[in-house]
Amino acid sequence: MPLKPKRVVMPTQEPRERIKNFNEVALGFTEEMAKEEASRCLKCKDAACQQGCPVEVKIRDFIGLVAAGDFAGAIALIKETNSLPAICGRVCPQEEQCEKYCLMGRKHEPVAIGRLERFVADWELRHGVKLPACAPPRGRKVAVVGSGPAGLTCAGDLARLGYSVTVFEALHAPGGVLIYGIPEFRLPKAVVMAEVDNIRRLGVEVVTNVAVGRTVTIEDLMKLGYEAVFLGTGAGLPKFMGIPGENLCGVYSANEFLTRTNLMKAYLFPQYDTPIKCGRRVAVVGGGNVAMDSVRCALRLGAEEGHIVYRRSEQEMPARAEELAHAKHEGVIFDLLSNPVRVLGTDDGWVRGLECLRMELGEEDSSGRRRPVPIKGSEFVIEVDTVIMALGTTPNPLLARTTPGLNITDWGGLIVDAETGQTSRPGIFAGGDAVTGSATVILAMGAGKKAAAGIHRYLEGK
Amino acid sequence: MYKILSKRMLTPVTKLFEVEAPLVAQKAQPGQFVIVRIRPEGERIPLTVADFSPERGAVTIIVQEVGKTTQMMGRLKEGDCILDFLGPLGRPAEIRGSGSVVCVGGGFGVAPIFPIARALYRRGVSVTSIIGARTRELVILEEEVKAVSHRLFVTTDDGSYARRGLVTDVLQELIEAKDPIDEVIAIGPMVMMRAVAETTRPYGIKTFVSMDPIMVDGTGMCGACRVEVGGKTRFACVDGPIFDAHQVDFALAQKRGKMYAAEQQRAMAEPGPCGGAGGSPCH
Repeated sequence: MPLKPKRVVMPTQEPRERIKNFNEVALGFTEEMAKEEASRCLKCKDAACQQGCPVEVKIRDFIGLVAAGDFAGAIALIKETNSLPAICGRVCPQEEQCEKYCLMGRKHEPVAIGRLERFVADWELRHGVKLPACAPPRGRKVAVVGSGPAGLTCAGDLARLGYSVTVFEALHAPGGVLIYGIPEFRLPKAVVMAEVDNIRRLGVEVVTNVAVGRTVTIEDLMKLGYEAVFLGTGAGLPKFMGIPGENLCGVYSANEFLTRTNLMKAYLFPQYDTPIKCGRRVAVVGGGNVAMDSVRCALRLGAEEGHIVYRRSEQEMPARAEELAHAKHEGVIFDLLSNPVRVLGTDDGWVRGLECLRMELGEEDSSGRRRPVPIKGSEFVIEVDTVIMALGTTPNPLLARTTPGLNITDWGGLIVDAETGQTSRPGIFAGGDAVTGSATVILAMGAGKKAAAGIHRYLEGK
Repeated sequence: MYKILSKRMLTPVTKLFEVEAPLVAQKAQPGQFVIVRIRPEGERIPLTVADFSPERGAVTIIVQEVGKTTQMMGRLKEGDCILDFLGPLGRPAEIRGSGSVVCVGGGFGVAPIFPIARALYRRGVSVTSIIGARTRELVILEEEVKAVSHRLFVTTDDGSYARRGLVTDVLQELIEAKDPIDEVIAIGPMVMMRAVAETTRPYGIKTFVSMDPIMVDGTGMCGACRVEVGGKTRFACVDGPIFDAHQVDFALAQKRGKMYAAEQQRAMAEPGPCGGAGGSPCH
């Protein structure tokens, strides 16, 4: 078979159209496209792609099944190790994981592994989901705190091992960042709800409106007969820069801006009751996926100008390549090597601009990226009426405050054993952003998976 | 779903609901709040806990009708259900064990002051309560507060009931009369809390207020509830809602509180959903 250097193009909504709606941007492969793309795989003996997957999806073999048109077989194989494939196919940074190791990628474009994963997961959602086999019930209870990617993965894996799992969620809807954070146009909420339903069908109970640490404590859960607890509480307090003017009206954390937009559907105000103040000119500070999500939401909420203000250069941006490309197509203005020093306000307390300093790149820092250094006297003002801080989060202090004996790092992250995910307290495990600080959906899922195995070993030995 | 066990009309625009929420009732303490949502399209709003009974599994909240959601809530009836009810959130009030405390409640701020006054009273603290409202029909929970106070003063702005004037007039007099006051805690409209802070500041009397900023999740995730206290940004939902009144930047809090005033007007001008209320029968 001749080598096919180029990927099959996935259809997308036209940029000019899509910035007027919240519908999904990337439309997915057709069956023919999927088979065509899958046929590009070189079926390498060592399947190097698989070492890049935090949840160990059997990539080469599922792609082989797609190429042969056996979509049911392909999704069954993926689901042996990944309980949320429709989500991963959409939001994983594949270019830094599986696709990074794809042999095709050395000279040509790597196989579009993520898009194929999405295709078969969507195919299954349309054709009826087949549940994976579960071990017989063990009659032992495990509690999972938080229903984001870490918690759902951990719960799904434990249910399949025969444990009786209850997931506790503080918000009114399950899904964590998948539901409050990642926008509809990148990850439709119907997909999230379908994946959550699949976890429920494994026998997992999901209870909303319970803030563990307040409504019940971990001690209460243990008294109620839960023999182990997994903490997947995710992002905590949003970070701010600590610059003057950050509390002016019109300055949002990305968490708030996205929660109002996605979870609360502020883009449908007043049909929905939650309002949002999105100005005509919006600056988003940060260079990650959350920053891209925020600026692209702002455009869809009616902003005429959307800026990304980032202190390093494009090369250092942590955002997924596809999101960066989509943002560019949608007309986002990139103010790179720019660092905010002050939010300027009107007399009545609203944002009127963002004062920044120009930066240049110096020596490499501890993260291996070149450190941005301010250029003296280079102050300039970006005239905006909304500023969104997308700088990451620090873990929520609530659980550590109300649970004696949980060791945390100096920045508040839960300390866990790297192999088992167990915290300093036997029987209490943790994973995801609560441990690592702001990271990705797939890393959280990997941690949830590892902790499920750790909990299983712990309970077997008890 | 959280069932409304009973409803009481305190004023034409202030309604008391006793809500079935056993887990919240087990843990609730004075000074804490809950987040409530009443329909699938609804917003999340914080409401302070006015009372709680672990035995009955019930939490009392008091709602003043100021916007679309609170108006819709006001139309809910006994037996209806509240869709989402999360809590108890925030740090509880610190209840001292001796000395004397003045509890100041303005308008519907009397509701959250009540459990604090009661907790102080039960611990043997000398409790003086000052409650005020604009006019007679807006004075709430007078009997309840009286029962847990050694002294009670009531004021109305227009003099239609009890003493004419402001709660701070009484507070000023108590201070000038060298009444022993170890601590003041004030809950009510922002202007009132600010006035109380200014009244006690010159005398260095320890004073606390409960901030009521706009919130979304209420658990520390979104940062909507930022307040500046002693020049530092704090999140009212996890660091508060009770703060040192002399450190709070009230001017900023007042501006932030009005961030969505225009949207609130717009929402109220929209025709409401069928049937008017957001709740649904519990069956």
